[in-house]
Amino acid sequence: MQTDTMIPVHEFCIHHKLEQSFIFALKESGLIEVTMTQENYCIPVDQLPQLEKIIRLYELDINLEGIETITHLLDRISQQEQRIVELSNQLNRYQSDE
Amino acid sequence: MEIPDYYKILAIGKEASPEEIKKAYRKLARKFHPDLNPNDKDAHKKFQEINEANEVLSDPEKRNKYDKYGKDWQHAEQFEQQRKSQQRARTSGAQPFSEGNSQDFSSFFESMFGSGYSQQTKFRGQDITAELKLNLSDIMKTHKQTFTINGKNIRITIPAGAENGQTIKLNGYGGQGVNGGPSGDLYISFSIPIHPVYKRSGNDLFITTPVNLYTALLGGEKIIDTLEGKVKLNVAPETQNGTTVRLKGKGVPVYKKEGEHGDLYVTYEIKLPTNLTEKEKELFTELSKLK
Repeated sequence: MQTDTMIPVHEFCIHHKLEQSFIFALKESGLIEVTMTQENYCIPVDQLPQLEKIIRLYELDINLEGIETITHLLDRISQQEQRIVELSNQLNRYQSDE
Repeated sequence: MEIPDYYKILAIGKEASPEEIKKAYRKLARKFHPDLNPNDKDAHKKFQEINEANEVLSDPEKRNKYDKYGKDWQHAEQFEQQRKSQQRARTSGAQPFSEGNSQDFSSFFESMFGSGYSQQTKFRGQDITAELKLNLSDIMKTHKQTFTINGKNIRITIPAGAENGQTIKLNGYGGQGVNGGPSGDLYISFSIPIHPVYKRSGNDLFITTPVNLYTALLGGEKIIDTLEGKVKLNVAPETQNGTTVRLKGKGVPVYKKEGEHGDLYVTYEIKLPTNLTEKEKELFTELSKLK
């Protein structure tokens, strides 16, 4: 396993002044992935943008359930935006045919 | 120079306690935070205003200064003059923040409090949006492209099958954060103009190609240009005008699904001969008599 792509949970928590239980609660709710290496629990580097975004929301006094709901809704918005782009392109195609 | 009303921005009274300021800030930040309003420039601007208001009002010293001078133009001007004379007396020093970051705060804030923000408050850098123009042929294969944004060269992968208007986000490639705050994100949206020959619908492409009368009637071969080279088609005898054939897998690659492609639909437009010779007229007349 490449250790340079993994950040130990305890180090991350010290840096961000967080309880480790917070990270494990995020893992339990499926919001982030945490991997167990031989020595300790680690966060894959590609999870960092998502995790840092969650921390920013947490700092705004949004609880875990709220973060979970927001994340789900933001995913939905992103999918809907993608659909709008596709439909808009289809509309352009028909308009250009006229 | 416009003086922002920080109390109005946070929707609080002049006598608001530190706890009330904090509560009002958090409430508004939850509403306008860029993480919760992706691609919304108005929300981003509003969030900057809220941040600025909180930065001033949550700091007793700054709040006191703002309360003293902020609402009074005369005093503000005097303060401004005093500040300028102080600045002249000072040795010239480099601005601690780049132009992009200073835009996060109003000119009033900077003149009043300087651009050195408090050490404890971290600010996320600005999100940057950019448009990348691509041709339809550019998205037939995944490739890398380098472009310059904010003076930085950024090399990105253009995935095959990208859609017009599709936006990709590069985390941390936006404006630099302040006081150790995270950098903003870079949003790149692809602009793919309508192709003069190929119409696109999702991953499928549509093309109309002329076929002469004799090939349409008797059948034959027809070579067409596709975005990935020439393709030979067998035109069936007695092909009708407007007939469409499907070339499986000759459309646009499916986004982030390597090896999968849409289809190419070719519609035949049968061209009738013009400027007939006497002999041709004679033969067509003869043919017409057969029916």
